[in-house]
Amino acid sequence: MAEYSWPKQGTAALLGSEQDRIDGVDKATGAAKYSYDVVLDRMLIAKALGCPHAHCKVKSIDVSAAKKVPGVVSIHLFIDPKDEKKSEIKWQGDPIACVAAETEGAAAEGVAAIEVAYEVLEHFVNEEFLAAAERAGRVGKAGVNVELENEPSENEDEDAFVEKELKRLYDESAAVVEGYYGIHAITHMCLEPHGSTCAWQGDKLTAHLSTQSVSGTAGQFASPLSMTADDVTVHCDFIGGGFGSKFQADEWGVACAKIAKETGRPVKLMLDRDLELKVAGCRPSGFVKVKVGADKDGVVKVWDSTQWGTGGDRGAAVDEKQIPYVFNPPNRRRSAVRVSTNTGPTRAWRAPNHPQACAISQTAYDDVAAKLGIDSYDVFLRNLPSVANKKADVYAAEMEIAAKLMDWKAKWHPHGKGPAEGSIVSGLGMAIHTWGGGAVAGSCTVKVHPDGGVETFAGSQDLGTGTRTVMAMVVAETFGLPLSAVKVNIGSSKYPQANPSGGSITVGSVSETHRRASQDALAKITALVGEKLGVDGAALVARDGRIYVDGSPDKGVTWAQACSLLGMNALEVRGEYAPSSKRSPLSSSGVGGVQMAEVAVDRATGVVKMKKFVAVQDMGLVINRQTAKSQMYGGVIMGIAYALFEERIMDPATGGFVNSQIADYRLPRLGDIGEIVLEIYEPESEYSRGVVGLGEPPVISPGAAISNAVANALGVRVPVLPITPMRVFDALERVPKMA
Amino acid sequence: MKDSPYTNTSRGGFNRREFLRGSGAAAAATALANGATAVAEAAESSDTIPLYGPGLTKITLNVNGQDRQVQVEPRMSLLEVLRNQLQLTGAKPVSVDGSSGASSVWIDDKLASANTVLALTCVGRKVRTVESLGGHKLDAVPTAFLHEDGMQCGFCTPGFVVAVRAFLDKYPNATEAEIRQGLNGNLCRCGTYANVIQACLEVVKGGVRG
Ligand code: FES
Repeated sequence: MAEYSWPKQGTAALLGSEQDRIDGVDKATGAAKYSYDVVLDRMLIAKALGCPHAHCKVKSIDVSAAKKVPGVVSIHLFIDPKDEKKSEIKWQGDPIACVAAETEGAAAEGVAAIEVAYEVLEHFVNEEFLAAAERAGRVGKAGVNVELENEPSENEDEDAFVEKELKRLYDESAAVVEGYYGIHAITHMCLEPHGSTCAWQGDKLTAHLSTQSVSGTAGQFASPLSMTADDVTVHCDFIGGGFGSKFQADEWGVACAKIAKETGRPVKLMLDRDLELKVAGCRPSGFVKVKVGADKDGVVKVWDSTQWGTGGDRGAAVDEKQIPYVFNPPNRRRSAVRVSTNTGPTRAWRAPNHPQACAISQTAYDDVAAKLGIDSYDVFLRNLPSVANKKADVYAAEMEIAAKLMDWKAKWHPHGKGPAEGSIVSGLGMAIHTWGGGAVAGSCTVKVHPDGGVETFAGSQDLGTGTRTVMAMVVAETFGLPLSAVKVNIGSSKYPQANPSGGSITVGSVSETHRRASQDALAKITALVGEKLGVDGAALVARDGRIYVDGSPDKGVTWAQACSLLGMNALEVRGEYAPSSKRSPLSSSGVGGVQMAEVAVDRATGVVKMKKFVAVQDMGLVINRQTAKSQMYGGVIMGIAYALFEERIMDPATGGFVNSQIADYRLPRLGDIGEIVLEIYEPESEYSRGVVGLGEPPVISPGAAISNAVANALGVRVPVLPITPMRVFDALERVPKMA
Repeated sequence: MKDSPYTNTSRGGFNRREFLRGSGAAAAATALANGATAVAEAAESSDTIPLYGPGLTKITLNVNGQDRQVQVEPRMSLLEVLRNQLQLTGAKPVSVDGSSGASSVWIDDKLASANTVLALTCVGRKVRTVESLGGHKLDAVPTAFLHEDGMQCGFCTPGFVVAVRAFLDKYPNATEAEIRQGLNGNLCRCGTYANVIQACLEVVKGGVRG
């Protein structure tokens, strides 16, 4: 059994270099076929009808007029008005029915012709105001977590001790900050909405599903259709965004398959934009009232917070134990309640809960700096000994790099004390983050043909990470071949079971399986070559398209000659990986990451502009430097989006989702991002950890970093994200009142 | 569309020609939706007034230099026809009103959102899609998107490529500041803007025109 390993740092031919995506031309010229792009012969197009009310009972559904619409072929109901339990709807947009028709227009006309009678019930949608939520009876039981350095004496009442101890700690603090911070719910806004095209051949279903989990969704179709997963093929060559929201077949996917079966024709059902935003995933909101006590250097000694937020009707909200984020001050009391709202269910959103936790707690750390008149950089630095993930050294090194790239020391001014250019003031802010990103169990098959052709198969997918290119790089590196020599097959559930793509696990997982499979395959090939050359196979290396005796490039054969020794049959090697307690030599889990923002705020208009953003990130060993940087850019830009632009806006009167169209849901455009500077932190101590995933970390810090920069510019905290002009005005207005 | 229930025989009960004349073509153009506007324009400029719908009608569209026969309802957008009938799926359905730029195409060499244009109005005009930039001779813009990795999931990318090609055809020497100002009609959720800016600069440096 081979010892799996990566080449020593600096010796790899491909790993760590910048490689163009092998499917990049297809993506850039429209040749790449996404699930939405699958067009089959005789295909019907289905559209869903979403409920207009936030909370109601469906009394009756009349489809007779819809059936008469020319071109309408089939109607499927998601709701049974006769079923007491299933007729209640708890958020706007929840699908009631869908109509399959010959054309998009006919399907839309059919949807519009469905008549539904509703009994409207009481709704609640605005969780920011906790008192209102309490009055509406929408607040759940509090989770409380207390950790103190000192313990109560034997017979002391615990609650009384906690109160007394907290009071003592605050009395001893050089600075006490009491603050309110929040971040609103946002949606996933995948540009390709959720949905599928389903087609049957006899009793076998092919679901062309827009999914982050090619290997994990066949069973979700099979079970409600009373079949087994072996008769289902899930296929997804390209997916237009997921961000954590596309792990399910979903009820509309199953409905699509049912209609296809019933009509004997392929059916495409993609959600339209309005429903996509209302029902296909959102990120929980988070709000907190906090009291922080710090010593004269800004080191936080005590933290007391009451947190709330919504996960919709039933989803989870941000856990109280996640704040303060990354930092673990020695004395903490944290409580959290869930507010139940009539809003669409949450789904995992890139780095679930971390961006919110960071945004509502590292802002408080920055306010400690403001209160003491200390440079925020120093406060973050002095609090590093308390980080929970033992990465204080990594953060310190990354902070130093980031500060240089930002020119922090030269630009810094105390909060609200910077020079103004007319009505415009500038400011700096920073934040730090952490994430796991370890590989998960999976497999692949690497196939070497006797003519030298190489291909690989895995039931993985490309969420945008560049999965195909990563797989090809790992195999090509191992075999000493150019990148173009490896053909990659992903996107089918009939390929070897592989990772879902979420939580930054893809690159680690496919690197594990592909390095293992190709090192094993190479060992078999070098054994054959060794036999032919009369040398030990272990003395051979694969480089530059040849297999030769290490140190003597002439003593060897070409790759094609080597593969011809396989005889008639191709060599197929399975690569398997399952995490265990033993550390893998190929991958690890756990990263840090430091980000700094520089903004300009116009006090006259309330508009915040990004001037410069610096992101420094460790990720173990880098496979494709080009796509790694793209992940960082992407994370930062999505972070700018939720820091300054996007927000799910709910209308308290109707319970409606107000901005569920692209034109109304604000997102940054190309001109809104400012200058972004990236640095990958990859000393030997990081490289030797092997691959660690990167998708989530860079999206975590921007909220806090940008909020802190705005606070530094204005000298007053804009407490709730996104920082819209209105919220800037509100905060500025508060200043004289507070003074 | 073999099983389509539509036939192209029913023409409804009123004479559209008279209707248009009676109300005046200009008034009709403002009063009616886009598709009918095109009919009204056609009515003004020609003796034979094409009457379309309500069912499917065979028309010829010139797409990427080729005449293609398609069957359209008056309400069908160009995007729907390109995607569902011509398998040209580079242009994507993302917004209802063109505000994402994902369905960008050229109509008579002018940038347009294929989801806000009715297919009927494209009869006699030259439609060009992102696919025309691919094939054997890869255009400089998708090439630069490849080199600068101006894509992640890639769903916005074809629309962006078309917008960038159109922008740089007009401003071949665009500066970075002009690029940041001039390409705000396209939306990317994955956050590829920084790479797209680099791709634009690469094309400007290369001085390659489409
Ligand atoms: S690359 Fe995914 S939306 Fe732009």
